[in-house]
Amino acid sequence: MEHSSPAGTTYLNYPKGLWSWVVTLDHKRIGIMYLFSVLFFFFVGGVAAILMRMELFKPELVYGSPGQIFKDAGAYNRALTYHGVIMVFLVIIPMIPAAIGNFVLPLQLGAKDVAFPRMNLASYYLYLTGAVLAVLTMFLGGVDTGWTFYTPYSVDRATNATLMLTAAFIIGFSSIFTGLNFIATIHKLRAPGQSWDRLPLFVWSIYATSIIQVLATPVLGLTLGLVAFERIVGVGIFNPAMGGDPILFQHFFWFYSHPAVYIMILPAMGVINDVIPVFSRKPIFGYKAMAAAIFGIALVSFVVWGHHMFVSGQTSLAGFIFSLITMFVAIPTGVKVFSWVATLYKGSIHFDAPMLYAFGFLFVFVIGGLTGVVLATMALDIHLHDTYYVVAHFHYVMVGGTLFAFMAGLHYWFPKMFGKLYNEAAAKLSCFLIFIGFNLTFMPQFIAGQLGMPRRYFNYKPEFTIYNEISTIGSFCVGLGFFMALCYLVYALFYGKKANSNPWRSLTLEWEAASPPPLENFRTDPVVTHGPYDYVGEKV
Amino acid sequence: MSSKPTGTSGVEHHHAHHFRSAGHEFDTAKLGMWVFMVQEILFFSALFVAFFIFRQKYYVDFHEASLELDWIMGAVNTVILIVSSFTVARAISSAQKGNTEGILENLIYTLLCSGGFLVVKSIEYSSKVHHGLFPFEIFGLKWNVEAFAEHPQARLFFILYFLMTGLHALHVVVGAGLFVWLYRRAKRGEFGPAYYTPLEMTGLYWHFVDLVWIYLFPLLYLVG
Repeated sequence: MEHSSPAGTTYLNYPKGLWSWVVTLDHKRIGIMYLFSVLFFFFVGGVAAILMRMELFKPELVYGSPGQIFKDAGAYNRALTYHGVIMVFLVIIPMIPAAIGNFVLPLQLGAKDVAFPRMNLASYYLYLTGAVLAVLTMFLGGVDTGWTFYTPYSVDRATNATLMLTAAFIIGFSSIFTGLNFIATIHKLRAPGQSWDRLPLFVWSIYATSIIQVLATPVLGLTLGLVAFERIVGVGIFNPAMGGDPILFQHFFWFYSHPAVYIMILPAMGVINDVIPVFSRKPIFGYKAMAAAIFGIALVSFVVWGHHMFVSGQTSLAGFIFSLITMFVAIPTGVKVFSWVATLYKGSIHFDAPMLYAFGFLFVFVIGGLTGVVLATMALDIHLHDTYYVVAHFHYVMVGGTLFAFMAGLHYWFPKMFGKLYNEAAAKLSCFLIFIGFNLTFMPQFIAGQLGMPRRYFNYKPEFTIYNEISTIGSFCVGLGFFMALCYLVYALFYGKKANSNPWRSLTLEWEAASPPPLENFRTDPVVTHGPYDYVGEKV
Repeated sequence: MSSKPTGTSGVEHHHAHHFRSAGHEFDTAKLGMWVFMVQEILFFSALFVAFFIFRQKYYVDFHEASLELDWIMGAVNTVILIVSSFTVARAISSAQKGNTEGILENLIYTLLCSGGFLVVKSIEYSSKVHHGLFPFEIFGLKWNVEAFAEHPQARLFFILYFLMTGLHALHVVVGAGLFVWLYRRAKRGEFGPAYYTPLEMTGLYWHFVDLVWIYLFPLLYLVG
């Protein structure tokens, strides 16, 4: 790692050999390893989702009957748990920061690597260890607590939960290490000339995300550790029989897991921040307001956790306060959405695949965000709590928000990562399929939930049939779209046309490096002389 | 790109390729360490919050239970840790002066202190176990129900006592391990005015461990 790479080599082929990947300290390789791991677990979690949708298409739990998917309700609960745990901890949280961020962030700063490369690699192996343990529980009979591990069920009844909790604990530390590394990198490794107001907004959003990761994740780690301890030696902090309090678990859990929602969405906003100006050929509207909004959201995220507990025996005063603060989230979020739209206004818009995903993001994320305000209204939430309305809401934010932005980012940076171009027509078609399928899947769930269909059950009353049928058809459509994406991206990896160093004519630093970049990123150390989005008069 | 030394002191030191200078590397490591300690504070914080909540809820029981703790032992350990923080600081200043003997000597004192702390702690723990005040069901040990028949939530106090001091003691053990590692590196003459990053970072960590105890001691031993 101490020597610059020979001319003509890229990070993909120098140094050579499988072992050089296993022990690599290069942020780009670690990012790519994260990327492939995340995509693999996305597939596993996706299969669990499709199976659940198939079950709900025709709820049939009589063994041997046609169309039967799960052998009993327990199997459905396990599929639900694995879908949740895998998608939250193994996919959506690391998807943009650890996979794309690891690759892009140092490049955008003009740095050779992240601040602590060894810690970066350690973080990847922690992730992998946690993932392997989580998958291991599947073969030991499975876990059915749901991804929230609520006590007392997770302490008294659930099998294998100890191993799963350990897995989540370990993955948590992987996330902390990534956040810590990025904070130090952003502070200390910026290229000469890159002042704070010349940072790409992707960097700002990763910075805010990292702060949340470092502040919130330790609390989750300790809490899950306590539950595991409670199972092994009877700790009792969450056990009412010993004077403990199960509601305290919910407080601790959501103290992390609500900010975690912003660990998922802020990087997504960062990707959209970078994509929209490039494909509108215009400077971003309200750069400073955008950066401030990111931090506004991060700040507020720490004081809204009680909105998960409106029906958990919280005082109505606390509920009122949490309800009010939760609505404040809409303000900085609104600033962002309006600024994106204002950036598009009178722009010279290019409808390439990343931009299509960004449009998809704008459309579905606004629905996800606004239904969030609906749910923040305490009186209404008591009606909607634990119904499919909530399921639809957070899928609109997590999938519609984070996953769409991830796809936008993946298509945007794919030429930089692999030096290849994908088939644009196929990408557009697949984006279209995913967008239509996604809305077909989750829009009916708003209606079903509002009519009272409870979440988490393997069965439902006949009047909900039509919504569930549409939803399942939609999920197949999403599945097909992702399958297509897999096909043309893998094809592009091997047979794609060569990409030049800056196919989108973007102004951020990563596009000044070769595609794919060599070992230490830049052949000559970059100096920043302009802002990240100075597209005035097409000055590229 | 192999790096050329530009250490703050002018003495040559090799730094990793992605830093501009040894001083740059040092600053970055220090920032990382501070962020890590913020993480540590949050890690402990959940236990502190739990303690405050249950102390409020079961005030009398917690009061009775805390009388069981030996405040003299706690005070001795407080002094030991403060002294060790001092010796760590001396080890770092020896490194800045290029005095390897001084580093080694002060690391030995620090190691003795951390060992002393753990000995005192284990005396305390074993006396609790002996009196049936060990609240967990492990290794065939049992909580003695009669000990606090009037104040059943005393058990929760001891649960939190063992968790908080146990987690802290774990940090002391890790610290001691780090000091052994530093001792071996110092012995090879790796630290001097141009390079003492690991010493400085471990020192920061150790002050943090000290500080946690400074909160734990009054909270568990004195306030009750």
